[in-house]
Amino acid sequence: MTSHNFNRLRFVRSILWGMVVLAALLFGGAYIFQASDHKQMSSGAEGTGEAAIHSDFSLTDHQGNRVTEASFPGRWQLVFFGFTHCPDVCPTTLAYMADALDRMGPEADRVAPLFITIDPVRDTPDVMAEYVGAFHPALIGLTGSEKDVAAAAEAFRVYSEKLDDDTAPDGYLMAHSGHIYLMAPDGRYQTVFREGDQSAEDMAIRVLAIMNGNTI
Amino acid sequence: MKRTAIALVMTLLTALPVSAESLVEISDAWARATILTSRPGVAYLTITSAAADRLLEITTPVADHVMIHDVVKVDDVRRMRHVMALDVPANRPVTLAPGAMHLMLAGLHEKLREGQKFPMTLRFENAGEISIDVAILGIAAAGPQGETE
Repeated sequence: MTSHNFNRLRFVRSILWGMVVLAALLFGGAYIFQASDHKQMSSGAEGTGEAAIHSDFSLTDHQGNRVTEASFPGRWQLVFFGFTHCPDVCPTTLAYMADALDRMGPEADRVAPLFITIDPVRDTPDVMAEYVGAFHPALIGLTGSEKDVAAAAEAFRVYSEKLDDDTAPDGYLMAHSGHIYLMAPDGRYQTVFREGDQSAEDMAIRVLAIMNGNTI
Repeated sequence: MKRTAIALVMTLLTALPVSAESLVEISDAWARATILTSRPGVAYLTITSAAADRLLEITTPVADHVMIHDVVKVDDVRRMRHVMALDVPANRPVTLAPGAMHLMLAGLHEKLREGQKFPMTLRFENAGEISIDVAILGIAAAGPQGETE
């Protein structure tokens, strides 16, 4: 075997090894990608840049008007799913959202703040009207049939469930995540906020930065 | 001799069992103003006890039932857990606060109006009944120390 041939064999061998490494990376990468994708899909309201979350609903606002995600053209949306029988997390979160809106000043007009009930049977438009007005004049309360509300929750990948509890009013409590979604005017998911994670001032600053394209 | 007698009396005094009630102290009791009478209200407070005790029952004339709710967070979903009796360890304050453990006031008889207050009675296993006044703060209140608005 000449040294020339030997060198060629070594060259071919390194090419082959290179292909093995590349194949391993591709398969491994595909597996990891699939795994993380699966994790994202199953994690419900976890808001880490999921393309799947989008604003899509057909509901009735607290003034009795039929509205969809397209009813607020050119405006961003801050969306919170809750229910009026919720004594703790919901008022705390809505007050926080209202505080953040106030801190945005006139820029707050560029945002449609939406409160979608996950308990439409008890949260009728009349109930929603009295409720949302107490938090912020701009807050829009949305309700609908159980089917329509479920479809809206599905679009936002919001998790909710009824928990039977004999001691609770009407025998059930609702479990839910306390996220406030920021959606772009085209309905795309931007980010989530949660009361307690940052001050209302910081939330306002971040919403303004995203709306103005100054994300860090 | 006289000094010994005084010392003896002092020793006896300190050794006497203090009334159990004084061991438990309730502070920062407040409730959130409610919007609709037909919806439950919420109250928060801090319990401090010099001896281990258990909160068994809470009553108030403004609501049918007062329930202790703990918030259990699993995989980003918050569930309310009904706590039947709340353990209060010795010298370790138990704080009920927004987003965490709270008292749910079910079957309100009237709206809880900001600026008003209402009485509440807490019954402990050892300390017995303790009555307090609960201050009603605004809908956006975060606690008695400072409101978010």
